[in-house]
Amino acid sequence: MHPFKYVRATSVDEAIAALAKHGERARPLAGGTDALIMARAGRWELDALVDIKHIPETNILELGSSEFRLGAAVPCYRVYEDEQISAVFPGLVDSASIIGGIQIQSRAGLGGNLCNASPSGDGICSLIVHNTTCVIAGPGGTREVAVEDFCTGPGRSVIGDGEFLVEMKMPTPQKGFGAAYQRFTPRNEMDIAVAGVASSVQLDGDTIVSARVALSAVGPTPILSSAGDQLAGKEATAENISAAAQTASGDASPITDMRGTAEQRTHLVGVLARRTLERAVERARENN
Amino acid sequence: MTTETTRGKYNVIGTRPIRHDGFDKVTGRAIYGADIKLPGLLQGAVLRSPHAHARIKSIDTSDAKAVTGVHAVITSADFPGAQDALVDLGEGAVNFRYASNNMMAGDKVLYKGQPVAAVAAVDKNTALEAAALIKIDYELLTPVTDLMEALKPGAPIVLDDLEGQDLGEKIDGPTNQANHIRHEFGDIDRGFAEADLVIEREFTTSMVHQGYIEPHNATASWDEEGRVTIWTSTQGSFPTRRQVAGILQLSDSSVKVIPLEIGGGFGGKIPTYLEPVAAILSRESGRPVKLLMERSSVFEATGPTPGSWMTAKVGVKNDGTITAADTDIRFEAGAYPGSPVGAAMMCVFSCYDIPNTRIDGYDVVVNRPKTAAYRAPGTTQAAFAFETVIDEICQELGMDPIEFRLKNAAKEGTRRADGPIHPLIGNVETLEAAKASDHWNTPLEKSGPNGVLRGRGIASGYWFNIGLKSAVTIAVNEDGTVALTEGSTDIGGSRASIAMMAAEVLGIPVEDVRPHVADTEGIGYTDVTGGSRTTYATGYASHDAAQDVVSQLRERAATLWDVDVDEIEFASGNYQSKSDPELRLTHKELSSKLGSTGGPVVGSASVDPEGAGGAFSTQIADVEIDPETGKTDVIRYTIVQDVGTAIHPSYVEGQMQGAVVQGIGWALNEEYFMNDDGAMVNTSFLDYRMPTTYDLPEIETIIVEVPNPGHPFGVRGVGEVPIVPPVATIANAIHDALGVRLRQSPMNPGRIMSALEDKG
Amino acid sequence: MVEKVRVRATLNGEPVDFLVAPYVSLLDTLRDELGLTGTKEGCNDGNCGACTVNLDGRVVDSCCVLGAEIDGSTVETIEGMAEPGQLHPLQQSFLEEAALQCGICTPGFLMSAKALLDKEPHPSEERIRFWLAGNLCRCTGYDKIVKAVQKVAK
Repeated sequence: MHPFKYVRATSVDEAIAALAKHGERARPLAGGTDALIMARAGRWELDALVDIKHIPETNILELGSSEFRLGAAVPCYRVYEDEQISAVFPGLVDSASIIGGIQIQSRAGLGGNLCNASPSGDGICSLIVHNTTCVIAGPGGTREVAVEDFCTGPGRSVIGDGEFLVEMKMPTPQKGFGAAYQRFTPRNEMDIAVAGVASSVQLDGDTIVSARVALSAVGPTPILSSAGDQLAGKEATAENISAAAQTASGDASPITDMRGTAEQRTHLVGVLARRTLERAVERARENN
Repeated sequence: MTTETTRGKYNVIGTRPIRHDGFDKVTGRAIYGADIKLPGLLQGAVLRSPHAHARIKSIDTSDAKAVTGVHAVITSADFPGAQDALVDLGEGAVNFRYASNNMMAGDKVLYKGQPVAAVAAVDKNTALEAAALIKIDYELLTPVTDLMEALKPGAPIVLDDLEGQDLGEKIDGPTNQANHIRHEFGDIDRGFAEADLVIEREFTTSMVHQGYIEPHNATASWDEEGRVTIWTSTQGSFPTRRQVAGILQLSDSSVKVIPLEIGGGFGGKIPTYLEPVAAILSRESGRPVKLLMERSSVFEATGPTPGSWMTAKVGVKNDGTITAADTDIRFEAGAYPGSPVGAAMMCVFSCYDIPNTRIDGYDVVVNRPKTAAYRAPGTTQAAFAFETVIDEICQELGMDPIEFRLKNAAKEGTRRADGPIHPLIGNVETLEAAKASDHWNTPLEKSGPNGVLRGRGIASGYWFNIGLKSAVTIAVNEDGTVALTEGSTDIGGSRASIAMMAAEVLGIPVEDVRPHVADTEGIGYTDVTGGSRTTYATGYASHDAAQDVVSQLRERAATLWDVDVDEIEFASGNYQSKSDPELRLTHKELSSKLGSTGGPVVGSASVDPEGAGGAFSTQIADVEIDPETGKTDVIRYTIVQDVGTAIHPSYVEGQMQGAVVQGIGWALNEEYFMNDDGAMVNTSFLDYRMPTTYDLPEIETIIVEVPNPGHPFGVRGVGEVPIVPPVATIANAIHDALGVRLRQSPMNPGRIMSALEDKG
Repeated sequence: MVEKVRVRATLNGEPVDFLVAPYVSLLDTLRDELGLTGTKEGCNDGNCGACTVNLDGRVVDSCCVLGAEIDGSTVETIEGMAEPGQLHPLQQSFLEEAALQCGICTPGFLMSAKALLDKEPHPSEERIRFWLAGNLCRCTGYDKIVKAVQKVAK
């Protein structure tokens, strides 16, 4: 492992300065459950890790009537152990409660899961179906990026040198909204998705006003499927959900690797899309 | 639940005391191999081959040597060049020349992860950084990692100098077939001709790892006198001494091995990997050196159990009598010869009485790590093939699988297919206990919520167990307690069972026995903790050493009372005069008089017992499968096993449960996933997918006790046979749930989905 | 050479003040710098739980934390679990229930189980199994570990 410095930043500007100083040889450190492993394995050669979890902005966890603000360094457990948040965001809890085991969830957060930009990240698809906006700070100021545009390839994102993710913002679910995430893993816990699907629906009575379906581990980045658009304006029937699940399956472009074959993954996306849409509709109906 | 025949027979045996070493292990005080600290200790790092098959053209260590803080850089040139010599390690043998190359490659690397150089430096990171500066020029060779490919003419040759054997004849020219052996019994052709039904199937299994949680480690100090001291986590300190001495070309007596606590082994910590490397780094640096293996290297470069290709053919009459069985078992040896195919051949048919049998076994070298023992080595694979065909036969004949097994069961006097006659065994008793179990008698609902399908499977297994050498000494303290010294490293609570047997003989509470595992200069030669031999053989030595103490204490009593020693009777911990009932002392009272009757008493025994006695297990699994995803959950599991006599039932159950769960992992998800370059790609616990506690139900245990006449307390080995049936048990349960047979393990979700698709 | 950094923290109730290289994990810091070898390394990548410690009230894999990160924090390790002369009920239960064989995973399991019972004194078997999924054991098949925790949770 290349020896690196540890910089504890206490403000956004301090973090930007430290990151900018080392360019691509510096990375932000939040939970560390990916970053330290990457550095140790020699996948990243770093001169500095910049600890961003002592910055007030990255620790925001604020549920407003119209907007939910989730700091980039907020660990998973703070999402699912907050009764109010977990009641409003069961779909996010689906993700936050299966990223690693309890030890990992004490440190790792949805922000780090996003920045790691793994195609199989369990949090990213949930953020996508919740219409999340990413707030990125950098030497050029602050910019906002839709979460579905955040990942650009396996392990790659729109984050540039000197930049880091500060927080994520998403609309607070209103009446008739429901979301769910499920992944398929051979083990029940402590595993990486062979395939995963997050779905959300906004219902008006039995009609789906809008929907989002996002797919994980079946492409170089998480994929926002066209299945959601296909459902817009349709009734929330088993038939329509199955058809949308078919579409989602078609949107998958997986590879075969040690975690599963391309055929298996394509098939699983169809199954999981149907199951998560059904669950999202169920939750939407409960949320009326 | 326990079907105990020994209940009430003993005072200490069969109870569940707290293990003596437990307090240190729940408080973090216990010192494992990685925990050792020494003055001036350097940290080492091993550079490993990134290629599965390559010739080493040159190695340049100059940049690494120049790094500040680096004290030694070594390659195979620093090894003495061990000679061919095959040495039995108790559970598997080792050729020193191959073992030396395995821990530091010579002119060729034979698998990814094979060591090519090593560094000792002031700290771990300096050593790692320096190792990365070593320049190696490789000439890449085509790897062959599949054993059936390796057997084809024209396949890449793994070992240029391998002298292959086929049925006792030397193979001409280069080959990857290290050996082909055969056991034949009866008339196989006549046996199949007599059959009304013959089923023959082909099976494959993937290479799997023992998965112990503690990575390998070794610390060595080479002193000015030329003596080497090794601190390590090993299954056998004496076999480690033998290996280190053989590879370093030293006498055994110039190597001292100090065994520290060991974090799991299951057979995988019998071979040495780091000890000689640490020793040479110490010789070169003049300082003690510690080496810790990374988890990825544990997977890539220690000794997993082989993947296999097998056929199994069984002939039966319509009444369910087996007339003939034929099997061909081919194992990946890894990069050097020596897979456990021989053990598989000893066990594969041994639950049954079959008049006509043929067993072929092949040992095949491939560009994978050299395999090592893993709990009943080779036998899980073989049982997967044979017990699955047996299940299919039962289904075809419409026979209950337990009745079928009872009808054909091997009993005392049955000849095993490989020759030996079964002594008194508990095969039938085990099957009867399975038949009477709550699990077997509770119907299973075949479908469940959300479309899941359920099935039940059953399978049996045999393991022969071994004896080998053990030494024990028992020193009596004046307060009546005793210090018990043994040479068996304690992986799973054996200190307690060894102490319990001494306590039983001496008639004292087990808490009054303080067991201690000594180094190679503190006790007589003792073989590995493996082969299910420790409680059997070291327990035997404990019994005999305690008897020696009793006989010496009788002499002391005789001295004390000035009577003939024949006058002294020993019963229930009391020494008393036959003629004068007033003359009576407890063990404790007599111990307090040692100082005035001739000084301390030390009993000792060294044994090499022959009567290990075989062990049998029958297991029942219920699985629940999501037919849309292929996800399989084990929802109920029962293991029935004949253990002879359960010395400490809790640790007996623990062995049974632990082995079953390893078997469940093997059956469902674990495998070496190799890429086209011959590299294992899932080298982390994340992607190797061993079961977590959230993947499992309670593992129900039924202990059957058919005491082994070859042991003073009736002990049979316990640790290995429980891993023999699980893969077959689960395969049979999957068939019951889905109506499809999986003949390739792991039976992971992808394979289950493919099988369902093929079924249509 | 990267300079060492100064860290002040509370470890098992005692203040500690030490220097550590900034890239060294909390696991190696505890074991190599602070002499507490009860915390074990199994995988060094957050997948086995053998190195579980309690950091500011939450269990973490200490291999996934830098030693430098604990400045100002409170850390508890297996060495701090028992009172002098008195095992924690979970430690006692692990002994009585034979919930360990080789013992290498035991400190991690005890740290995780304690965190669960501190938070939820009466978890179900399902909850115990879920919570402990981040801790691998290869010897016991988990059965006796779960029972040992259940015994204290009653």
